[in-house]
Amino acid sequence: MSQYILRRLMIAIPSLLGISAVLFFVLALAPGDPFSELATNPNVPPEVQAALRAKFGLDDPIYLRYVHWLNAMVHGDWGFSFVSRMNVDTLILQRLPATLYVIGSAQILALLIAIPVGVYAATKPYSLFDQVANTLAFVGFSLPTFFTGILFILIFSVTLDWLPFVYTTDIKGTGIRWVLEMIRQAIMPVAVLGLFQAASMTRFVRSAMLDVIRLDYVTTARAKGLGQATVIVKHVMRNAMIPVVTLIALQMPAVFGGAIVTEQIFRIPGIGSLLITSILSNDTPVVMAVTFVFACLVVLFNLIADVLYGWLDPRISLR
Amino acid sequence: MLDKELRSMIGDVKGGRMDRRAFIQRLAAVGLTAPLANQILALGGVAMAEGVQTYKPTKRGGGGALKLLWWQGPTLLNPHFATGTKDQDGSRLFYEPLACWDPDGNMKLVLAAETPSVQNGLLAADGTSVTWKLKPGVKWHDGKPFSADDVVFTWQYAKDPATAAVTIATYRDLKVDKIDDLTVKITFPQPTPFWADAFVGAGAGQILPKHLFADYIGAKSRDAPANLAPVGTGPYKFLEFKPGDLIRGVINPDYHMANRPHFDSIEMKGGGDAVSAARAVIQTGEYDFGWNIQVEDDVLLRLEKGGKGRTVYATGGDTEFIALNFTDPNVEVDGEKSSIKTKHPLFSDPAVRKALSLLVDRESVKKAIYGRAGRTSANFLNGPEKFVSKNTTWEFSIEKASKMLDDAGWKPGADGIREKDGKKLKIVYQTSINGPRQKTQAIVKQACQKAGIDVELKSVVASVFFSSDVANPDTYPKFYADIEMFQIPLSQPDPSQHMRRYLSTLVASKENKWQGTNFPRWVNKDYDAAINAADREMDPIKRAALYVKANDLMWEDTVFITVMHRLKVEAAANTLRPVISGWANETDNLFDWYREE
Repeated sequence: MSQYILRRLMIAIPSLLGISAVLFFVLALAPGDPFSELATNPNVPPEVQAALRAKFGLDDPIYLRYVHWLNAMVHGDWGFSFVSRMNVDTLILQRLPATLYVIGSAQILALLIAIPVGVYAATKPYSLFDQVANTLAFVGFSLPTFFTGILFILIFSVTLDWLPFVYTTDIKGTGIRWVLEMIRQAIMPVAVLGLFQAASMTRFVRSAMLDVIRLDYVTTARAKGLGQATVIVKHVMRNAMIPVVTLIALQMPAVFGGAIVTEQIFRIPGIGSLLITSILSNDTPVVMAVTFVFACLVVLFNLIADVLYGWLDPRISLR
Repeated sequence: MLDKELRSMIGDVKGGRMDRRAFIQRLAAVGLTAPLANQILALGGVAMAEGVQTYKPTKRGGGGALKLLWWQGPTLLNPHFATGTKDQDGSRLFYEPLACWDPDGNMKLVLAAETPSVQNGLLAADGTSVTWKLKPGVKWHDGKPFSADDVVFTWQYAKDPATAAVTIATYRDLKVDKIDDLTVKITFPQPTPFWADAFVGAGAGQILPKHLFADYIGAKSRDAPANLAPVGTGPYKFLEFKPGDLIRGVINPDYHMANRPHFDSIEMKGGGDAVSAARAVIQTGEYDFGWNIQVEDDVLLRLEKGGKGRTVYATGGDTEFIALNFTDPNVEVDGEKSSIKTKHPLFSDPAVRKALSLLVDRESVKKAIYGRAGRTSANFLNGPEKFVSKNTTWEFSIEKASKMLDDAGWKPGADGIREKDGKKLKIVYQTSINGPRQKTQAIVKQACQKAGIDVELKSVVASVFFSSDVANPDTYPKFYADIEMFQIPLSQPDPSQHMRRYLSTLVASKENKWQGTNFPRWVNKDYDAAINAADREMDPIKRAALYVKANDLMWEDTVFITVMHRLKVEAAANTLRPVISGWANETDNLFDWYREE
C-alpha cells in the first residue's frame, strides 16, 4: 500500500512538471501586458511601462522565465504579483478562508441533498418521488449559476430585502452575532452553488445505486431476511459509492480553487475571483500559482480516491 | 478680440470692479471657464479662489461607517506605483497632496497653507518656480511630524528611475528645495504655465512619509512594508488591506482640518461589476457610494425609481473619440504596417475623412448609450472650458456625406460600395471590448453602410488593446486598422500633456517600439508650432488661444471624430453628500463628504 502511494507520488512529479510547463508557456504566449492600464494614462511616459517590464523580467525569453520561476517555486518562493506587488502566497492565503467556507459549505450541502435523495429515488424507481426528484435535478443542472445567482439576488435582496448580496470579510460584531452574519451572507452563494452541484450529483447517485440494486447479491441479502434499511445502507450503498467517491474527490480541488462565476456575482473574495482578476490583468505569477496549486490538488485527490477504492471494495488491490 | 476682452476683465477683477463669480460666468459666455479660469486669474495677478465650502457638520466624527464600493478594487496602496486610478483612489484615503481640485476645478488646499499666486509672491511671474507653504502642526498617523523633508523626499523617490514610479514624468524634470521646515520651492527647467501638477491631486501629488520610505528608494522600492500598510496624514487611519477585495480605515482623531472627517470608519470593497455595484447602492442601499458606474442610462433610470440612492455626475474633459489612421494599415514597409512612410489610400482624400465625420450620429449615441453621462461635442479637447473651441461644429447627415463622396469621385459600384480608381471604400473599425463601444460601432456602421461605405467591425480585449506588447498586432498604438475608438482620460485640469501626444516627433513606429504617442500618425507643422509655443507661453490668454487653435487644426483635418464628451458617473445613497470633481479622483475630496440625516 505505502509502496503504491510512493510510486504514484513519483509518477506525479513528471506530470506536474509537464502541467507547469504547459501552463507557463500558454500564459506567456497569451496576449496582453500587466501594465496595460498605464498606457491609457497620459501622465505616465511609455518608458515607465518599459522599465517595469524590464524590472519584472517580462522581456526575457520565455524558457529563461520558466526556469527562473521553476527554480524559485522549488525553493518555496512563489514570486510576487505584478499588480499588487505582494507575495503570491500571502495573496492566496488571504483568499483561501472565504473560498473554503463558501465552496466547502456548498459541497456539503450538495452531498447532504444528493445522497439521501439519490438513494431514496433509486430504491423506488419511477415512483412519484423519483419523477419529481429527476425533474428538479434536470432543471437544477440546466440552470447556470450566473442565472440562478442573479435570480436569487433579485428575489431575496432586491424584492424581499432579506439577505445581503455583497459578501464582506469584515463583519462587525463578535460572538454569536458574527456567526449569524457569516451564515446570513453565505446563504445565497452556498444555495446557488450547492443546489447546482446537488442536481447533477443526485442523478449520479441514483444511477450508481440502480446499477447495484439489481445485482444478485442484493436479492440474496433480501432473501436472507435482512431489513430494507440494512440492505440499502450496508450492501448496496457501499458498492454504489465507488463512482460517487471519484466524483467527489474530483470536486474537492474546486473547494480550494473557488468558483469563478459565483464568487464574482456575490463579490466573495475567494480564489476564484483572485484568479479571474489576475487573468484579466495579466498578472502571470498569480495565475501561475493558482492554476499550479489547483493541478497539484487534482493529482492529490485522484490518489486519495484510488486509495479509498481499496477500502470500499477490497477486491480492488493496489499494487 | 477675445484676448483684449479677457485682459480687461482680469483687470476688473483685480481692481475689484468685477467679482470672481461674474468673471467666471463671463468666461463661460465666451467659451472660457472653469478650472483654468482660476489659473488665468492666478497668473494674471489675482489669487486663485478657494473652493466653495459645502461642508456642514460642526464636529468631528459621528457619521458612522462610510461604505464605498469600487467594482475594481485597489490592488496596491502606494500611489506612486498605481497601475490605475483605482489604486490612486485607495491610496488617497490615507495619503494627501498639498492641494486638490474641487468640482469647479478650483484649487482646494490640503497640506498647503496658502495658494501660490503672483500676488503673494509664491508664484514666480515668469512661471519658472513656485513656492509652497506647508500647514504647521500636521502629523503622520504614527505621530511623527509632517515637514518639508517629506515633500522633498517624495520628489527624490518618484524621480529615481530605479524606483519605477508611474509618476516619474511629473517629477523627473523639476527640482525641489527645502527652504525651511514648512516651505518648499519647486523650480522648473522652463516657464511652466501649469505649475500645479507636482504634489497636487491624487494622480501624482500624494506625499509619502520620509521616515518610512527612506530605506526603500530605488531598486528596493518593492520591499517597503508601508507599500501595503500606508501611514499618511489623511482623514482616515489605515487598518486593513486585502488587494482587490477590501480596504478598511478608522477616523484620524488628530486630522488637521477642523470638524473633519465626518465618518467614524471607512470601508472600500472591491470586486464584481458596475451594474451590480449600482444595484447595491441605488436599489438595496447596502453601500453608500459606488465608483465609476458606467452603466446604460436606461438601467440607471430604472434602478433610481423609488430606490435608496441616485446617480451623481461630474464634468471633466474625457472624450470618447474615433481616431483616423493617416498611414496605410495594409501595406508593410520595413517590417511594419501603418508605417509613417505610407499614406492611407482612402483617408488621404479629405472628403472621405469629412464624410466619415458626417456619418457619426452623436445624438443617437447619446440617446441610446450614454444618456445623462454624455454631451455631444465637435471638439477633441473638451475641457477645461477655457480651452474649449467654439469655432467647431458637427452634424449628422447621410445625404451630405453621400454628396460629398459623389463630388469627390467616389461612385457606388455594383455591390453598392463606393469606389474610385479601383479602391473600394472599405474600412476596418476597431475598439476595445466594452458594451457601449460595441453599440457605438453598430450605430456608426449602419450610417456608413447607407452612405456606401463598408465597415468591418473589430473588437479587441481591453487588456490587449491598451497593452504595450510589442509582439501583439492588436494594440491601439500599432493601429493596424483604418479607424479606432477609445478614450484617453484627461487627468488634470490642463491640456498640455494631453495635446503633446500628437506632435509629429512622437509618431508611433517600429523604431520607437510603438511607444510614440501619436498613434493617428498625423503630421502637421502648424499643430507642432502651436503646441510647442503653448508649452512655454506664460500669458494664459495666448496659451488658451494656442490650444484652441491646436484643437481646430485637428478638427479641420478630421484627425479625431469626437463621439462623446463623457461625464463621470457615480452612485450615491440619497443621504450621502459626496464631493466629486471631474478633474480629480473620486476620493480626492473625501474629507468634505458627509451624510445628511
